[in-house]
Amino acid sequence: MLDVLSIASRNLARYRRRTLLTLLLIVIGMVAVLLFIAVAGSFRAMMVGQITDSILGHVQVHRKGYVASIDNLPLNLNLKPPMVAKVEEDLKQNPAVETWSPRVKFGGMFSNFVETTAIRVNGVDPAREAATVPLLPGRMVEGDKAGPLVGRGQIVIPLLLARGMKTKLGDTVVVVATNRDGSVNGRTFVVRGILESATGPGGRDGYIHIDDARELLRMSEPEVSEIAVRLKDFSKLGRVEGQFRESLGGLTNKEGKPVLEVHPWSDLSPFANLARMIDLMTLFIKIVLVAIVLVSVMNVMIMAVFERIREIGTIAAIGTPPGRILSLFLAEGLMLGIVGTVAGTLVSLAAILGINLWQPTFNFGQQQNLVMAPTIAAGDVLTIAALVVVVAIVASLQPAWKASRMDPISALRHV
Amino acid sequence: MSLVRAQHLSKTYRVGDIEVPAVRGVDFVIEPASFVAFVGPSGSGKSTLLNLIGCLDHPTSGTLTVLDADIATLDRRAAARFRGSHIGFVFQDFNLIPVLTVFENVEYPLRMVQEWPAAKRRAQVLRLLEAVGMADQADKRPDQISGGQKQRVAIARALVSQPKLVLADEPTANLDHDTAYRVLQLMKKMRDEFRTTFVFSTHDPKIMGEAESTFILEDGQLLSAAHHNAAEAAHA
Ligand SMILES: Nc1ncnc2c1ncn2[C@@H]1O[C@H](COP(=O)(O)OP(=O)(O)O)[C@@H](O)[C@H]1O
Ligand SMILES: [Mg+2]
Repeated sequence: MLDVLSIASRNLARYRRRTLLTLLLIVIGMVAVLLFIAVAGSFRAMMVGQITDSILGHVQVHRKGYVASIDNLPLNLNLKPPMVAKVEEDLKQNPAVETWSPRVKFGGMFSNFVETTAIRVNGVDPAREAATVPLLPGRMVEGDKAGPLVGRGQIVIPLLLARGMKTKLGDTVVVVATNRDGSVNGRTFVVRGILESATGPGGRDGYIHIDDARELLRMSEPEVSEIAVRLKDFSKLGRVEGQFRESLGGLTNKEGKPVLEVHPWSDLSPFANLARMIDLMTLFIKIVLVAIVLVSVMNVMIMAVFERIREIGTIAAIGTPPGRILSLFLAEGLMLGIVGTVAGTLVSLAAILGINLWQPTFNFGQQQNLVMAPTIAAGDVLTIAALVVVVAIVASLQPAWKASRMDPISALRHV
Repeated sequence: MSLVRAQHLSKTYRVGDIEVPAVRGVDFVIEPASFVAFVGPSGSGKSTLLNLIGCLDHPTSGTLTVLDADIATLDRRAAARFRGSHIGFVFQDFNLIPVLTVFENVEYPLRMVQEWPAAKRRAQVLRLLEAVGMADQADKRPDQISGGQKQRVAIARALVSQPKLVLADEPTANLDHDTAYRVLQLMKKMRDEFRTTFVFSTHDPKIMGEAESTFILEDGQLLSAAHHNAAEAAHA
């Protein structure tokens, strides 16, 4: 069988060591990229999952201006019942929404009758909250994970607070809060659970029943500080967020000004920057891969053309069309790319599998011994593979073009 | 009708400001199925002339007609196509493709230059390998056969696409005398068998006797008009 591909493959085999070295470079580059994507990507997904599924939810809706002063947990920027009803109506109609959880949030003092410290309190509807941030009950290190998240008169406190205040399950504690009008109100709660601390916002978050929160704050009507929304498909976040901005952002008050603001989780967590950093590093390492493949393939193809000038002169003299000479050399680059890609993919997948079998652990914030379980999407593998093959072809273009344009007489005279 | 006709054909190379006249106003005619030699010392213009006839180069002035085509009018692509369909080449250094077997080297023009169907291709390659006596070496690589054998394979490659004209620039320069002689005998036999015109060049006076007509070149000019070797012509 004599065709462009078989001639190309034989020429690659002819300079075996050089070909193997080039392939090795491509394989190393691919393994580096795919492993990075798998490990960093899984870490990123785990991190984002922890934040969205145990604290923030995917999207949050607030009254305009709330997020700007979220550190103070302002009470004068709550949503009034008619507005809450409108929002819930809208969420109900959106097929992308799985569920949502209205919260009343405030800053208060937490006392065990001996000592007092600050606490951020989330007044929640236990069922709705558990459905919106499904990883939350699982973070309970003491107390019943299965039962309702929190009942009337109960409080779930973070480990940080429990340790600091030497508070145990079943203890009675007091939460004191300043109301909107400036008066102070207090209430006793029984500790129903202790939450393993999450990293970032939420480290000092305690949970009580939303009705208790409203009583404590002496609300005359059922106000809501924020509505956390969970989507059916997290990957559609960007699109759904856009829909929300249009529908919810369009709700106006009597003066015609918009009343609501919509934020994806990434606007609300400093870890979004870490996620962005990982994305950026992934981009950089891809650029390095492109450079490695480009330089190594181009180098090997320039040498291939230079070494075979007389051969090129011969086949050109006997009438081989320039396009076919071009394709002979492009085929060499293509095969280098394909063989390198296949080998690189296999080694990478084996390495990812190896890591999964080995199960190394790592710590993320307060969470110890998280098992690293890197995974990679077929789409990512295909994208990287296609990238390598395309770059290999691009790298061969110039040398192949040069070969196809060679003047047979001077090429034949070349020594 | 003549196969090749040159009129006042000149080729001048330009190297910087210096002009090197390699071929200076030559006139000659080459008839179909003839066996022609251009003979002259090194630098006399033999390669330049053969490159012109082979459509590898353009004349500086004068006209050169090969198979009724005016060579000066062919562009790169057209010249490649013209060579591929009408002209076979034999080189001084054999120039077989090292990664291809003997069979594949002969097959190359039918596969990569022209596109013959596989069965026809195979029959034609075997026929040529048979004719040059290399059929039993078909699966060897070029580096496994001798110089004389390489040139036989090269002759088979030059003839495989049934060209009207085969050009051989110093085909025997890298061969010992006996082998050179046998290669020329083979070329002549091929001419007899396929009625292909052979034009070769040599600086070796012993070899030139094998030609049926001889052009003597010196400093880019033809010294004498075609000298016909009567005995050889009669044999043809
Ligand atoms: N590409 C070139 N550039 C400049 N001068 C050349 C070139 N090719 C050949 N010449 C010159 O043309 C003359 C004829 O060369 P050539 O045709 O190769 O002769 P021969 O083949 O008989 O040895 C020589 O003087 C040679 O130096
Ligand atoms: Mg010469």
